[in-house]
Amino acid sequence: MDFLAPFIEVYTPEHFKFLLEGFGVTLKVAAISIVLSFIIGGLIGTLRYARIPVVSQLLAVIVETIRNLPLLLIIFFTYFALPEIGIEMEITTAAIAALTVFESAMLSEIIRSGLNSIEKGQIEAGRASGLNYIQTLRFIIMPQALRRMVPPIVSQFISLLKDTSLAVVIALPDLLHNGQIIYAQKGSYVIPVFVIVALMYFIVNYALSLVARRLELKQA
Amino acid sequence: MLDFSILTTNMDSFLEGLKITIIASLIALLGSFILGTLLAVMRIAPFKPLNWLGTAYVEFIRNIPVLVIVFFAYLAGNFGGMTAGTIGLTIYTAAFIAEAIRAGIMSVPRGQMEAARSTGLTYGQAMRMVILPQAIKIVIPPLGNQFINLVKNSSLLAVVAGGDLMYQGDLISAKTYVTFDTYVFVALFYLILTIPLSLGVGYLEKRLARSN
Repeated sequence: MDFLAPFIEVYTPEHFKFLLEGFGVTLKVAAISIVLSFIIGGLIGTLRYARIPVVSQLLAVIVETIRNLPLLLIIFFTYFALPEIGIEMEITTAAIAALTVFESAMLSEIIRSGLNSIEKGQIEAGRASGLNYIQTLRFIIMPQALRRMVPPIVSQFISLLKDTSLAVVIALPDLLHNGQIIYAQKGSYVIPVFVIVALMYFIVNYALSLVARRLELKQA
Repeated sequence: MLDFSILTTNMDSFLEGLKITIIASLIALLGSFILGTLLAVMRIAPFKPLNWLGTAYVEFIRNIPVLVIVFFAYLAGNFGGMTAGTIGLTIYTAAFIAEAIRAGIMSVPRGQMEAARSTGLTYGQAMRMVILPQAIKIVIPPLGNQFINLVKNSSLLAVVAGGDLMYQGDLISAKTYVTFDTYVFVALFYLILTIPLSLGVGYLEKRLARSN
């Protein structure tokens, strides 16, 4: 029973409440970041799709740079390096800002390839029927592309939920961080804490991945 | 402007970090390729308990953060930061590589397996000599993407004092009190690794799309 003793000690209502509070922060930060990233990524993806000279090349360089950097570096940079040039943010804001920068680059690619997946003939048909370019994008291309984008966006949200854990390096009080506080009390708490923390992430992410899979099947 | 003296006076540390980042990523790639292939074959083997085991591993690992796995490897095992980090990355990446390989195997027409079996090969032989060599072509671009992710994720070694590029950056910025410039240089070192890889994978994807 020695093996089970730490589990019984760790799995108390207070600890569960504390972990759930942390998970609340994880979900909140991830949700705000995905909404912001969808807006910014949507804008970037559309501008690149429209091939506006100079702007779209510039955006391509920015997006590729961000996509090829470790997220951990971006989080560190946002919280520890930006204050040196006068940009100071508190922890939650810094976490949201860093995640938004990274995920906007990721989402812009999803949105761009979603737009590209709609046959070019549709633009020509839209234009021929008298709509201008913006109207064609808004009323013909976007609605079709958005439907195809939903499954990869849900998958990206799963990545984001997982990636939020990286913000423990700037002490964001998320699920992993609160887990660390609990197992810091006693060495034997490590395994029970990791079991429950991993399960919490798993349950939510697995449910989301089933949603993404169902949406993909519905479209196929 | 950037303070290049940060780069020149700490070049040894940057290069040491770069070396560890590359070594950890390569070992993790090799490890997760082996483990991933095993898992992929388990998931399609004609033996239900193996399928369940393979599926359980892939679904569980894919849906938890890699940092949780790295911390767990570090705290639960008796390893140094670099070893624990590399083990954590291997466990995590194997789940994704397993899916890439499984998709590759599934893309080989069923008739190939039947034809191979009817010539007298066992299931294992047919898999190894007929199916896997054909699947590998389709698997290479996603494998390349996983390698890029590995290089980026290897930055998590810093969190367990693994001595990688990110960790050296932390040390240098703590020593010089110059955080901004140090991390810009760290970022450039990562880009030196990841941008050519991204371009290479993009090229392979295009070539594969054309050959089909």
